[in-house]
Amino acid sequence: MKPVRVIEGRAVPLERADVDTDQIIPSDWLKRIERTGFGRGLFSEWRDDPEFVLNKPDYVGATILIAGPRFGTGSSREHAVWALLDFGFEAVIAPSFGDIFQNNSSKQGLVIVQLPVADVEQLNQLVKDDPSTFLVIDVDHLRVEVPEVGWQRTFVLDPMTRDRLLNGWDDIGLTLQREAAITSYEATRSAPSLDGLFDEAGHVTR
Amino acid sequence: MAGQTLYEKIWDRHVVASPPGEPTLLYVDLHLVHEVTSPQAFEGLRLNHRTVRRPDLTLATADHNVPTDPIATPVKDPVSRRQLEALDENCKEFGITLFPRGHENQGIVHVIGPELGVSQPGMTIVCGDSHTSTHGAFGALAFGIGTSEVEHVLATQTLPQQRAKTMSVTVDGEIPSGVSAKDIVLAIVAQLGTGGGAGYVLEYRGNAIRSLSMEGRMTICNMSIEAGARAGLVGVDDTTIDYLRGRPGVPQGELFNDAAVRWRSFVSDDDAGFDAAITLNAADLVPSITWGTNPAQVVALSGVIPSPDDAKDPDQRDSTVRSLEYMGLVPGTPVREIPVDVVFIGSCTNSRIEDLRAAAQVASGHHVAENVRAMVVPGSHRVKKQAEEEGLDAIFRDAGFEWREPGCSMCLGMNPDRLLPNQRSASTSNRNFEGRQGRGGRTHLVSPVVAAATAILGRFASPDEVSA
Repeated sequence: MKPVRVIEGRAVPLERADVDTDQIIPSDWLKRIERTGFGRGLFSEWRDDPEFVLNKPDYVGATILIAGPRFGTGSSREHAVWALLDFGFEAVIAPSFGDIFQNNSSKQGLVIVQLPVADVEQLNQLVKDDPSTFLVIDVDHLRVEVPEVGWQRTFVLDPMTRDRLLNGWDDIGLTLQREAAITSYEATRSAPSLDGLFDEAGHVTR
Repeated sequence: MAGQTLYEKIWDRHVVASPPGEPTLLYVDLHLVHEVTSPQAFEGLRLNHRTVRRPDLTLATADHNVPTDPIATPVKDPVSRRQLEALDENCKEFGITLFPRGHENQGIVHVIGPELGVSQPGMTIVCGDSHTSTHGAFGALAFGIGTSEVEHVLATQTLPQQRAKTMSVTVDGEIPSGVSAKDIVLAIVAQLGTGGGAGYVLEYRGNAIRSLSMEGRMTICNMSIEAGARAGLVGVDDTTIDYLRGRPGVPQGELFNDAAVRWRSFVSDDDAGFDAAITLNAADLVPSITWGTNPAQVVALSGVIPSPDDAKDPDQRDSTVRSLEYMGLVPGTPVREIPVDVVFIGSCTNSRIEDLRAAAQVASGHHVAENVRAMVVPGSHRVKKQAEEEGLDAIFRDAGFEWREPGCSMCLGMNPDRLLPNQRSASTSNRNFEGRQGRGGRTHLVSPVVAAATAILGRFASPDEVSA
């Protein structure tokens, strides 16, 4: 994962509540075995509609998505995060998020900014009034700003997620440094393994 | 000292490391793998020259993409076929047991874990699928993860986790006749909303939950995620032990009794405290369906389609308007007057033997209405075989239902079983999201008995409307 320190750019107001991960990327796209190229599938069922906000020329090239409450609920598909990143989004601002989506985002460097509903609505208004409105998300100082109008809010990230974003750390690499602790846990655990339960063809042996 | 909740007991037993200021590193006892959320994880291992730490704690099956046509029919969609082949290759390369399409143990990942007896009380179980919460019915901490976490578990058999809050969801009282586990969980999701369980692990308690079979408990735990909770739990009791006895993955003979004694400790202590609590009275529950495009949009089968004017706030009003438009519904329409095009009985929520028995009992001696396509997709080959031994396949076929091969099927339409635009379904699955069952498709979530009655009458119906 690349380090993420500051995200700057224009934002798109999605203005929909309960956008689940099936909406973010429909299941048709989940058949692919690659990790790239999902941007074309982002919100694909809505993108045929020329009035859909992502199709408006004013918002082309935006790097921040402003979403409604409960964004990214439902399916655990990380493809939703890959699609947002591949499309060009680097952060999502919303009043609340699906747990697994939020987790997946943190692994991929998509910055999740949770703000109260009223603040999200103010941001929506600002970018609707002027799509060229420029936002700054500072991961180091956990701050969202619209410098032009002096609008500023802080947000919360758990310290580990923040450190991982700032340093671009690889979770697996970090955990493998605890190899000794894992091995010593394994020496004491009593839960069963599947060893011997199935033969090579997957048939039950007992 | 106050007692511990079931969640806390399982958590404490799986802590590998708890470095200050960082998430706890939790050990994973069982990692279930399927074709959709794993290829990029295996690719990540290869790119970083890593291996699978514990293939003996990892089990794979093909489920999401598999066609439900006869097994001899090739997988026509080249992209699906490639994904299934990739699972084959990855499992071979990394030494993981795989049940491919057509294998006697193959089926939906959340059906096969329990039926093989490999999902056991007190375990931590993960899978790259949000309905992993299903296995919580056994008093196991089971939750869905994304592909990065799948890779993490493959490489380390652990996951960094923040401790969740706990919520007790108590359902007390006698369950009225005609009300099934699906109706109970729809009522819970409606009460909590799609985000109400976020950050919590739900523990289902109370004598109504106790009275349910393991199949019923699995249906309830399965849909915990629809209320935003990553995991749902039910404490171990006789029903759990009886279900597990004799299954391939559990200890046999005297050793089983020893295991059962251990397993019985996986309940919350009487004096354990929860961070939140809700209570439902079983006597108030009725057969229900979803009318909208999220699983919290629930209405009684005997009710009418709600109006935006009933909304509690502007957000909900907007959602209602959007959902009504997508679903092609008019407020005030009696639910029972709405015709359906497709009936789907299947999915990790409702495709187990008990679900099929209940649906078959309703369908027996009747025929699917004209212009309705009704399909039954057993959750696994073992379920299918059992159902065929009991003659359920004949009942369904005689009644005009399609009897198909196992898989996730129309729950999410990654295989050819999809709704066409504007087709309306009564589905025993778990999500009524826009386009979930096929682009433009309109999904109503129902119990297996309501699905069967609806297929017979061609409109939403309860079993008692199907004349004997």
